[in-house]
Amino acid sequence: MPAPPPGPSIGFDAVAVTYPGGVRAVDGVSLTVAGGSFVALVGQSGSGKSTLLKTINRLVAPTAGCVTIDGVDVADGAAHLLRRRIGYVFQNVGLFPHMSVGENIAIGLRLAGRRADGRVAELLALVDLPPDLARRMPDALSGGQRQRVGVARALATEPRLMLMDEPFGALDPVTRDALGTSIRALHDRLGLTTVMVTHDMAEALLIADRVLVMRGGSVVADETPAALIAGAGGADAAALVAVPRAQAQRLAALSAPAAGA
Amino acid sequence: MSEVWTRVPGLLASHVLLAAAALLLGLVLAIPLTLASARSPLVARLALGFASLVQTIPSLALLALFYPILLSLSALVGGGIPALGFLPSLLALALYALLPILRNGVTGLATLDPAVIEAADGVGMTRWQKLRLVEAPLVAPVLMAGIRTAAVWTIGAATLSTTVGQPSLGDLIFAGLQTQNWALVLAGCTAAAALALGVDALLGLAERGIATRRRWLWIAPLALLAAGLAVAIAPRLQSTRGTVVIGAKGFSEQYILARLIGHRLEDAGYRVTYREGLGSVVAFAATAAGDVDVYVDYSGTIWTNEMKRTDVPPRAGIVAGVRDWAKRAHGVTLVGTLGFENSYAFAMRGDDAARRGIATIADLARVAPTLNLATDIEFLERPEWRAVRDAYGLRFRSARPYQPTFMYRALEDGTADVIPAFSSDGRIAADRLAVLGDPKGAIPGYDAILLAAPARANDAAFLAALRPLLDHVPVQRMREANYMVDRDRDKRSPDQAARWLAARIGIAPRDQAR
Repeated sequence: MPAPPPGPSIGFDAVAVTYPGGVRAVDGVSLTVAGGSFVALVGQSGSGKSTLLKTINRLVAPTAGCVTIDGVDVADGAAHLLRRRIGYVFQNVGLFPHMSVGENIAIGLRLAGRRADGRVAELLALVDLPPDLARRMPDALSGGQRQRVGVARALATEPRLMLMDEPFGALDPVTRDALGTSIRALHDRLGLTTVMVTHDMAEALLIADRVLVMRGGSVVADETPAALIAGAGGADAAALVAVPRAQAQRLAALSAPAAGA
Repeated sequence: MSEVWTRVPGLLASHVLLAAAALLLGLVLAIPLTLASARSPLVARLALGFASLVQTIPSLALLALFYPILLSLSALVGGGIPALGFLPSLLALALYALLPILRNGVTGLATLDPAVIEAADGVGMTRWQKLRLVEAPLVAPVLMAGIRTAAVWTIGAATLSTTVGQPSLGDLIFAGLQTQNWALVLAGCTAAAALALGVDALLGLAERGIATRRRWLWIAPLALLAAGLAVAIAPRLQSTRGTVVIGAKGFSEQYILARLIGHRLEDAGYRVTYREGLGSVVAFAATAAGDVDVYVDYSGTIWTNEMKRTDVPPRAGIVAGVRDWAKRAHGVTLVGTLGFENSYAFAMRGDDAARRGIATIADLARVAPTLNLATDIEFLERPEWRAVRDAYGLRFRSARPYQPTFMYRALEDGTADVIPAFSSDGRIAADRLAVLGDPKGAIPGYDAILLAAPARANDAAFLAALRPLLDHVPVQRMREANYMVDRDRDKRSPDQAARWLAARIGIAPRDQAR
């Protein structure tokens, strides 16, 4: 099977978002995300990472600057047509409670006037869920299952670009780890461009190709995971990396005497 | 008893039709307002504020308010807007239905999970798709609960549409209250309550069906409601041309005379419907507008209330004045007098009047500050009251309006000492009341007169059918007929009393002539 063409590139050109009341959530971000890369946006609450992500699918409109996908301004054309080409997964999932799992997954196809046919079962398999789940209602699912259905819904129209806003935020650690791994695998298999917002540096380091650290609306570090571990990226990045590093050391220390015994 | 129930189906159909139309109009108004409210907090505040304000107006007053509003609106556009009957009832009830629908809709939209809305945007729904695929189905159960509340309110309030001349189950309640025919009141209440409960139950089922997404559970009850509505509408689709509308104000004599007229017209081949319980002003205006074809009024009432005259010429002069004025100003034809007078006559309990030595209103004025006055609902607002009051310097300790029936009761049980009785009322003799003289001639003559709508002015067959009634109803016979309906024992319906009266005055219909 030939490798699929890589997903689109994204360009931010002096993007700023000022909320009514004068709060500058995003303060002049300029950078490029290469097609096919997996980028993590990391930062504390209020750093502007979610807002920056939402300028890509126009859930938030920049008050200055512009966002491009493969060189085309996202503001050209209708917002709903843009969004149908972009997969979007977020922490609260937002499954439609009055539609079955199958109908939820097929909604993008329905909007595009396409037939679902065997796609629902295929997509459920893609996110490691059994096909008979399609007939259930969302309120009969566990949190992890719901998030997987959210991912399947986002992938239904075969978007080349995935945006994820704290996709694993509400999940238990085991589910979180498993889902993170499958997302990365899907990204590689489908050749997507993926931008993921997370406040968890460990998750970013383990899944992404490139980590952007945000603080006060600006990108303060832009490094590969390896470079960040090696100490690049400055003080903010170092403080965020220090947490999982210290945890890893404490865990190693805990297991060392056991190994020696 | 069975005679009572024969009137129910027709009135029930009108009631259903009115309530359904009002609910539908309320829905049509509420839904765009709900959507606009969801997008703009300002619109939400204004819309909910307005709907709540409407709700604070008593429904009876709201119905009454639409009469002058529509009348002036009609005058503004050069006529043609009916100010009575279906239209004002429809508008008032629709406004009434607005609040519960609007409030539930706005609340429903405001409490939707924001994540679901974000997802709807995220998958690329247009605004319309979001409304149709997500917001509408999720708000539907809450909205349905609002519609259910509105339906029950509307069905209840529709009974009051009787007062603006729209037939409804309220006809039975008002007529029954007036003639103390409790079976009639009970029939009206039972039918209205059963209708409200039935509709509530069906809409409740539909609400549950929508909430639990069981298609048959909401389609079946709604289909049943639609079928019920169709049954109510079906008879109306037949032509109603040739139907005569006979008006009646809200007391027994009026009910009886309306039937007396109705029987004659039916005999002449007309189809007849009745609009009963109309206020004095409403009855005349409805006739001028053609909503009512014919009714009985009293010369003094028109003279003082409509013509605003304060002088009191002899009876014949008043009738002639009313005849000219009605024709000239409104095109209304005064067909003729019926031959009796129903004047306001101040009356007291006979023994009480004798003990106090009161024989005239002038005597009354001396002790009035220690006495209580009970009146019918209109009297205290009528110019006649002001004329008498000012002529004699009348000041009572208290003055309270009642339904006419209860006005007599109040006098009887001592709650009141004086009433403005009706001189043709059978209860004056039966209750041994003393009627006080009017030495200053402050109260005008009240000859019963037959008034016909402009469109009937040249309807020869119509006028010919009514002519035998003219000057053929002596006051003694009228009193007896009134008393048959008003008395407590061995009561007769207005219909029976009208047939008795017709036979007694020698104008019985052919098939009943002896």
